[in-house]
Amino acid sequence: MEERRINVLVNGEPKSVDVEPRLLLAHFLREVLGLTGTHIGCDTTNCGACTVLLDGLPVKSCTMFAVMVDGHEVMTVEGLGMPSELHPIQEGFREEHGLQCGFCTPGMMLAAKALLDENPNPTEEDVRWGLSGNLCRCTGYQNIVKAVLWAAEKLQSEAGAISR
Amino acid sequence: MYPSRFHYEAPRSLAEAFSVLQAYGDEAKVLAGGQSLIPLIKLRFSAPAVIVDINNIPGLDYHEEDSDGSLNIGALCRHRTLERSPLLRSRYPTMAACAPLISDPMVRTRGTLVGSLCHADPQGDWASVMLALGGDIIAQSAKGERAIPASQFVVGPFQNALEPNEIAVRARVPASKGTRSGTYLKLERRVGDFATVGVAVALEASGSTINRAGIALTGVGPSNIQCTEAEQALAGKTLNASTVEQAARLAAQAAQPKTDVRGSAEYKRHIVHTFVMRALSNQQQARAA
Repeated sequence: MEERRINVLVNGEPKSVDVEPRLLLAHFLREVLGLTGTHIGCDTTNCGACTVLLDGLPVKSCTMFAVMVDGHEVMTVEGLGMPSELHPIQEGFREEHGLQCGFCTPGMMLAAKALLDENPNPTEEDVRWGLSGNLCRCTGYQNIVKAVLWAAEKLQSEAGAISR
Repeated sequence: MYPSRFHYEAPRSLAEAFSVLQAYGDEAKVLAGGQSLIPLIKLRFSAPAVIVDINNIPGLDYHEEDSDGSLNIGALCRHRTLERSPLLRSRYPTMAACAPLISDPMVRTRGTLVGSLCHADPQGDWASVMLALGGDIIAQSAKGERAIPASQFVVGPFQNALEPNEIAVRARVPASKGTRSGTYLKLERRVGDFATVGVAVALEASGSTINRAGIALTGVGPSNIQCTEAEQALAGKTLNASTVEQAARLAAQAAQPKTDVRGSAEYKRHIVHTFVMRALSNQQQARAA
C-alpha cells in the first residue's frame, strides 16, 4: 500500500504521519489524530459540517486529501478554545443558543472565525453570506447569526480594551 | 465513501508534471482545487489510477493583465481570490459578478476558475462567462503551448479538448474592444446548488455603440450555450427598448432547457428572457446616468 509522509501543523502542534493518498483530510483528523470535533455530515461537499481552517481559510475537510495539507497549517474546533477557556465565538453560541443538536456547530464556528478574521465588524447580511456554505437542520440559522454577531462584538471590545 | 486507491504525484514544477503525464498517459488526472474532482472520486464516478496534484507548482496562482491588454488567470487562481479582486471589480464586471456566485465560501477557497472550465460540467458558471468574453484556455505540454477557444474547449458533458499530456495552465480573456460592461445573473434554489438558469452578458462599447456583445447561458442545455444570434443582434447597435427585447428573445430561443426538479423548460426559458432583459436594461440605465 502506497503511503506518504506528511508534515502538518494541527492546532499549533506539528504532526508527522504516513498516510495513504486516498485518505480524506476529515478522516485523517478524526481517525488518525482523534480530533472528533470535526464532523462529517453529508460527505458530498454540500453541508459544511466538516469545515476546518487551512492556513486560516475555511475548507471542507471531506473534499481534500490529507496529502494535500503537507507543509500547511490546519485548525479544527479543538484549536479554537478549551472548555475552560472558550473562544468568544464559542461563548457566543452558548449565550445566544446558537445550537440545538450541535452537529453543524464546529463547522459553523470555523466558518465564523474565517469571516471575523477578515471582517471583524460584519453586518447580519455579511454573517449570512459568510455562513452560506454551512447547513443547519435545527435552528433555522437565526440564533447562529446572533451568536456570530455577539462574538464579533465581544472580539471588538476585547481588541478595543487592548489598544487602550 | 472512501475513494478508490490511486497513485499520488505532487510535482514541484511544470516540467516535472509533464514528465509524470508523459509516463502515465490517460491514466493520470490533474488535481487543482479538487472541488469537483474529489466529490466524483468519492462517489466513485471517477477512479483515476494516478492523481497529479499541481498545487505545489509555483507561479500558477495569479490573475493579471498582459501588456497586450489581455487578462490571464493562472491554473491555481482560486474563486476566492477572484471574488475579492479589485482588478475584476474595476474592469471585468461579468467576471466580478460571477465569482461570488460560485458554490459556497469553502468551495471558493479551494476551487479554481481553470479547473472549473476543465471539469466541463454543463452547469458550470465560468464556462458561460468565458464564452461571453470570447476567452480561451491555454494548454501546455512538454512541447509547448496552444490556445483553445472556450467555444471549442468543451467537447461534451465533463469532457474537454485537452490531450492527456497537456495541462490547462491558464485561461485568457482578450483585450476589450471598448469599455466593458455586463454581469452574470444566476437563479439558484439555495447557495451551493447548480444554476437553475445562469446568464452571462459581456458588452464592449465605444460611447453608446456596442462593438462586441457576448451572451451565454448556464443550465439550460447539454452544455453552456453561446447565443450567437443574440450577440449579432447587438453588435454595432446601441441599447434601446427594441434591441434589448430582440436580444432577449433570441437568447431565449437559443436555450434548450429541460424540465427537471429545478423547474419546467418553459419557466427556464422565461427566466433566460427576463435575465437578458434585466442585464441589458441595467447597462442601458447605467449608460444614460
